Order: sequence, then C-alpha cells, then structure tokens
Amino acid sequence: MGRYVIRRTGAAIATLIAASIVIFAFIHLIPGDPVYVMLGDGATPDQVAALRDKMGLDEPLVAQYLIWAGNALQGDLGQSIFFETPVTQVILAGAETSILLALITMVWIIAFGVPVGILAAIRQGTMIDQGLSGLAMLLASVPTFWVGLYLILIFAAGLGWLPSSGYPSIFEQGGLANLSYLILPSLALAAPNAALILRLTRASMLDVAREDYVRTARAKGIRPSRVVLRHILRNALLAVVSAFGFTFAALISEAVVTETVFALPGVGRTVVQSIMRRDYPVIQGVILVIVCMFLVINLIVDLSYRLLDPRVELE
Amino acid sequence: MRQILMIWARPLALRPMTAIGIAFLLLIVVFAAASPWIAPYSPNEIDPVNRLLPPGGAHLLGTDHFGRDTFSRLVYGSRLALLIGVGVVTFALASGVPIGILSALYPTLGKVLMRMVDVLMSFPSLLLALGLIVILGQGVFNAILAIGLIYLTTTARIVYGVALRLKAEPYVEAARSAGAGPWWIITRHILPNMISPLLVQASFVFAFAQLGAASLDFLGLGAPPEIPSWGNMLAESRIYITRASWLLIWPGLMIVLTAFSLNLVGDALRDRMDPRFRKMVGK
Repeated sequence: MGRYVIRRTGAAIATLIAASIVIFAFIHLIPGDPVYVMLGDGATPDQVAALRDKMGLDEPLVAQYLIWAGNALQGDLGQSIFFETPVTQVILAGAETSILLALITMVWIIAFGVPVGILAAIRQGTMIDQGLSGLAMLLASVPTFWVGLYLILIFAAGLGWLPSSGYPSIFEQGGLANLSYLILPSLALAAPNAALILRLTRASMLDVAREDYVRTARAKGIRPSRVVLRHILRNALLAVVSAFGFTFAALISEAVVTETVFALPGVGRTVVQSIMRRDYPVIQGVILVIVCMFLVINLIVDLSYRLLDPRVELE
Repeated sequence: MRQILMIWARPLALRPMTAIGIAFLLLIVVFAAASPWIAPYSPNEIDPVNRLLPPGGAHLLGTDHFGRDTFSRLVYGSRLALLIGVGVVTFALASGVPIGILSALYPTLGKVLMRMVDVLMSFPSLLLALGLIVILGQGVFNAILAIGLIYLTTTARIVYGVALRLKAEPYVEAARSAGAGPWWIITRHILPNMISPLLVQASFVFAFAQLGAASLDFLGLGAPPEIPSWGNMLAESRIYITRASWLLIWPGLMIVLTAFSLNLVGDALRDRMDPRFRKMVGK
C-alpha cells in the first residue's frame, strides 16, 4: 500500500507539472505580443515596458516558467491586468459562490441520481427502468443554460418564488437565506450530471448483481430485499461514490455557463469576463487552480478506493 | 451486403424510440441539404416593422428582435449543427485513432502519448475549449478544433484499450509470427474489429459536440452572429425571454432533440456490441 501511495502521488505530481507547462505556454501561444494585446492599442511604450518587466517577459522562457511556477507554489499567481489586484484575490472573491453552487448541486445530484438509479436497476427491463433510463438520456441531452433560462422564466419571472440572478454572500445581510439565490442555478447545473450519476448507479448495481457472492446469498435463501441492500447496494455504491469526486471538480468548470446565465459572481463567470477583457493572468490562474483541485480529488478518490476495496490491484 | 445491413439495422429497428431518433436526424439532414427551398425567408432578412411577432400568420414560428423569421433560421441552423458534428467527429477520430493504435502497438511511444492524453484530460473540458478559443480566436472552424480536442482524449483512450486487447488476440499473434508488418496488422486486423466501438463513440461525440457548441455560442465565443445557429438564437433571445418567450423554445428543442436522437442511436449501437444482446436477436 505504501509503495502504491508513493507511486500514485508521484504520477499526480508529474501530471500537474506537465499541465502547468501547458498553462504557462498558453500566454505565449496567443498570437501577437501578449502585452500589447492585454493593454490595447492605446498603450504607451512606457506602459508596455513596465508590464513586460513586471511579468518578466524579457527573461528566457525556461527562467520565466521557473519563476512563474515558483511563485505559484508560494500562492502568488500574478496580477490581474483589469482589477490590478493579485489573481489569488480575484479567485477568492468568486470562490464562495462557486463552491456553494457546486455543493448544493451535488445535493440534488445525489438525492435524485442515486435512488432513481437504484430503482431502475431493481426494476431492470421493466417499463419503469426504460422510462427512467430514457429520462436520464434526455436530461443528459439538455443544455444547462436552456434549463436555466426556463427556470428563470417560470420560477422567477412567472411565479416570483425565487430570485432570478446575482448572489449576495451568506456573510452579508440576509445570511443563510441568501442561499435561495443558488437554488435555480444549482437545479440547472444538476440536470445533466444527475443523469450521469443515475446511469452509473444503475450500471454499477447490475454489475454487482452478477457477482458470485450475490448468487450465493440468494441461494442461501436470504430475503431478496436484504440481498439488494446488504450485498449489492453496499458494493455498488463504492463505484458511485468515487465518481462524486470528479463530478464535483467538473461542476466548478461547467458552472462557467450557469454562472453566466444567472449572473452569479463566481469563478466561472470571472473566466468568461477575463476572456473578454483579455486578462490572461486571471485565466491562467483559474485554470491552474481547477486542474490542481481535479488532480487532488482524483488522487484522494483513487487512494481511498484502494483502501476500501482490497481487491482493486492497479499496476 | 444485405446480411451486414441487417446486423446493423436490426437493433436500431427493434426499438421504436431509436427509430424515431433516426427519423429526426434524417429530418435535420433534409433541413440542411434543402434549406433554401424549405425556409420561407432568408435567415438574415431584417424586417424592423415585424419584430418580435408571436408565432402564426406569415411567420410560422414568429420573428426575433430584428424581425428575422424564426423558422427559417432554425432550418438554416441545422447546417451549422451538422457541420459542427461532422467536423468534431472527424477531428476526434482522425487524431484519436492513430494515437490510440500506435500507443498500443509501440509501448515506449505509448507511454509518452498516453501520458500527454492524461495531461489534457486533467483539464476540465469546457475550460480546455475556452483556452483554445482564446489562442485561436473565435469562429466556426476554431470551435470545431476546440471541441474536437476534448474528444481526442476520450477517443484515444477508448481506442488504446480496444487495440491493447486486440493485440493479444491469437489471430494477431499468428499474423505477426507469419511475418505481417504493422501496416497489415492495423488495416486488416485491428481497424476492422474496432468499427463497432468507434461508431458508438462517434455518435456520442456527435451528440456532445452539439451541447459544447451551444455553450460556446451562448458565451459569445462560438459561431459569429451572422451565421444562424441554434445556440446563437438562444443567446440572442435571452434578454427578451419575458416579452417573447416563444423564441426560447424552438432552438432549444432542436439542440435537445438532436443530441437526444444521437444518444439513442449510440445506445442502441452499444447494446448491439454486447454479446448477450446479440444472442438475443440471433446474431
């Protein structure tokens, strides 16, 4: 186990280094001089020289990367051109919205996807199963922003039950009641992802149901409901729970579209706005943080999977 | 030939839902091929007097904020949808298949290539596409490349897995010991046995390309506004949703039904690959 942990962690670090090189190269792959592009046509030579100097663009490429990566390791992702504040601050400003949105979305995904997936598996081959599987496929085919626009139209503009846009922090006036701003966005974001978890739960249940120990359990005369709960479900959920990790990481980036529809002050909308503003350090910083998060979550999932299920022998 | 056709057609025809999906996809193809004859108006014909008209009358599905005919724009939009789908699938297969097969046949090269695929996969897909759009600039062709890059990785992974399994098959071993070169093995043994999983992958990639392109359009980073696309239609009608909610339904439905139909087809093809299912329908 110890050797596995070291090897798996090493692989994750190697991937992170490679990914960071790609993210670093990004700013140099943009056609034209990035400094001119970022500052616009009206920039004076002094401004250009100052920014070039600040970003260290006159150093050799390898030195530039090492400086950039070294700073990133110390939590310094550079300066935002637009806000003129550190990129880390820009990211932290959107973090609360993005993380809460992803958490609430996960609640919907788990509350809907897992039980409905179990139901479909138990009723395999029946009309219920076909209906639910069809529903899952339909949900997976729906653009989240379209769902979002309809939710706004019905529940915000029509019925007036929930706010249609924006999100004031829960630490501001209104407190936890401000979470109501995230209900419609999280539902829109949950739709396609709940469908994926539903399908995964169903497939995983059916996989386990074919195992020898399930047949043995049935042959011993154990009540069918107990076989499903104790023998199938407990083992099937292992695969499902391990999918929660990367679903959560994926939500943060998929939220780019949802945050734009609902005008939420999250990290995703910051990325889109930074693209429009050509604020490249912010784009780089956000992508680096999200990739990092994705790799860490995957690492934790892999290691705990191995811990929970000793049969999993990965080379 | 007829027999081959039956093997493929049967599982599709067995399910009424899949047949409906295929019918819808055919409708899109007809829309795209015969747009000028089907659409009553030019998709970009501006008519300020008749803006935001509700459905009915001279404009079957109403008009948008420029007075453009919604139905005509929907019909022309199917052209872009097909172009994006075909483009993304072509790119993903043309890049992912060689990467996967070469990685399986040459383990040293494979280590490097699959590692690179892993790195690309550590990027969340939408952010990867957005980053590429920033580098390449906005446009239909660049949208295809950006979305295609996402599916290069998944395609390469799937192909790699299948090729590894095929490589260990006795008939490939036999061909190799009989002196067959890599080109022979790839074209005679590996590729032909890979058609089923590739078809399944192609239909899913086609479906998700629609959703990806719609997201880019919605963010204003996809097709330029002068090209009628379903995603752009939704993005443009967004500020009018309370005044003209009918503008929201049709482009959205076109995206959903196209993606749904392709998913249905992909699912049916996947079941066909499953030997248990094949036994059920008698090969």
